[in-house]
Amino acid sequence: MYIKQLSVFIENREGRLDDVLEILKTNNINIISLSLADTADYGMLRLIVNTSARALEALKNNGFSASLTDVTVVRMPHKIGQLQELASLLCKADINIEYMYSISIGQDDACIVFKTSGKIEQFADQFKKDGVEFVTQNDIAAMVK
Amino acid sequence: MIWNETKECMSRDEMSCLQSARLVKTVDRVYHNVPYYRNKMQQAGLEPGDIKGIEDINKLPYTTKDDLRETYPFGLFAVPMSEIVRTHASSGTTGKATVVGYTRRDIDIWKECVARAFTQAGITREDRMQIAYGYGLFTGGLGAHYGAENLGAMVVPMSTGNTKKLVTMMEDFDVTAIACTPSYLIHIAEVLKETNQLDKIKLKTAVCGAEPWTDNMRKQIEADLGIHAFDIYGLSEVMGPGVACDCIHHKGLHVYEDHFLPEIIDPTTLQPVGEDVTGELVFTTLTKEGLPLIRYRTKDLTSINYGKCECGRTLARINRFKGRSDDMLIIRGVNVFPSQIEAALLEMNGTTPHYMMIVDRQGSLDSLEIQVEVEERFFSDEIRELENLSKQIGHVIQNAIGLAAKIKLVEPRTLERSEGKAKHVIDKRTLV
Ligand SMILES: [Zn+2]
Repeated sequence: MYIKQLSVFIENREGRLDDVLEILKTNNINIISLSLADTADYGMLRLIVNTSARALEALKNNGFSASLTDVTVVRMPHKIGQLQELASLLCKADINIEYMYSISIGQDDACIVFKTSGKIEQFADQFKKDGVEFVTQNDIAAMVK
Repeated sequence: MIWNETKECMSRDEMSCLQSARLVKTVDRVYHNVPYYRNKMQQAGLEPGDIKGIEDINKLPYTTKDDLRETYPFGLFAVPMSEIVRTHASSGTTGKATVVGYTRRDIDIWKECVARAFTQAGITREDRMQIAYGYGLFTGGLGAHYGAENLGAMVVPMSTGNTKKLVTMMEDFDVTAIACTPSYLIHIAEVLKETNQLDKIKLKTAVCGAEPWTDNMRKQIEADLGIHAFDIYGLSEVMGPGVACDCIHHKGLHVYEDHFLPEIIDPTTLQPVGEDVTGELVFTTLTKEGLPLIRYRTKDLTSINYGKCECGRTLARINRFKGRSDDMLIIRGVNVFPSQIEAALLEMNGTTPHYMMIVDRQGSLDSLEIQVEVEERFFSDEIRELENLSKQIGHVIQNAIGLAAKIKLVEPRTLERSEGKAKHVIDKRTLV
């Protein structure tokens, strides 16, 4: 149901993003998607990677404040109005979206990553009936060739 | 356990009697052996005979660090130099170092006082104790070392600087007790956590001193390491560590009053204040031969209580320090002590004391920024949560010091760690 997202706290200092990416590279970790939310002093780097547990360990060993966060990933076709449909389903279920970003994987479809305030699993079956396609951790791993 | 029950549990009358007899002798000795003191007393119109007991203490002039500097290096020593067996010196951040000297008997009394302190902390000859203060001119290392040896503990003289070796030996030697600064102990705890050694060590007791720390900091150290921690106090001018130490009840630090006569004075009027009133701590040494001090102003702010402690000791207790007048910062006209920031941060659930105060001046206005490390326990992937954390810290600090501060969250382990005295302030203001 949920995918493990890697969340990393980084100060707005020169080279910090580079440091994170360097650590991931050295540890042979593939980044599938990322988003950076920033404030004046610091940023929150959110990543979907092929092996999140190993990435977390590598970053922690290098002194970063990082954690794994449960996020939901759904696949949807590249068609107008798809995202709006998803948003409206969540809205009806009274689930708030804390943040979202996308994974672009192909010509025909895309994946949306989002974190919700409420539990989404109780609505999972209903959403599936409504045509929402949930992406699993295995699907994520398979995105890397 | 009480190391010296006769002295540590005597009645107030007996103690006053002993202190009076020793004060009369000390005054007589400095008058005759130290020209500097004789001049000061003569200027105050005093002769040794005017001091008949501790009730006359207020007649005597104060001594300050300036007096020690003026008589650098040995001008206040009260014995022939051949009697001196040891010197220590404090690093002079401003001006000259202050030099202290000890006779063989002074060293004996020092190790007696430290043994009392360590016994008060529950340490016995069965313990294996790492001394992780700096050894050298600083009194911490050798002072604690002699005391622990006197007690009969197995001493591991680590000194500071090699934490990796310290934690390895802590595990390999089954070390049960440690003496170091509180900030260094926090650093040691972090290293133990990182190396997954926390459940492998046998540490039971820590006796920490040489820098101010809060009761909350003690509780955090105790919880993190699963030990009992005690606060030991001393200053090199008066002797070194072991002038006072707290007991398991943590209701103030017992002063070894048979050797050091404490007073609390109002730092502005210089008049004595009553029991439980905060003021500056002043000591007169009662048995010191090498460097006796008359009414030495410590600059430490505290209060005193003469009630009998639950531990059975009758020794007066001084409260945890409210700060040092030396460390005091004046920001936008408000007196601020770093210890207030520390206490405020610790009162917030789960916040560790790793912070840095950065004081600057923009135009004519002072600014205060407090950098706080974002540790795992309050990590969130949501910016909103982190912003709430900043706000909460800002609020707690404003309540504590009455000033608004900019809170900046920084990555863990980015603020300077010290193995000696903790550095928590960067003052960028240039005084005009
Ligand atoms: Zn007690």
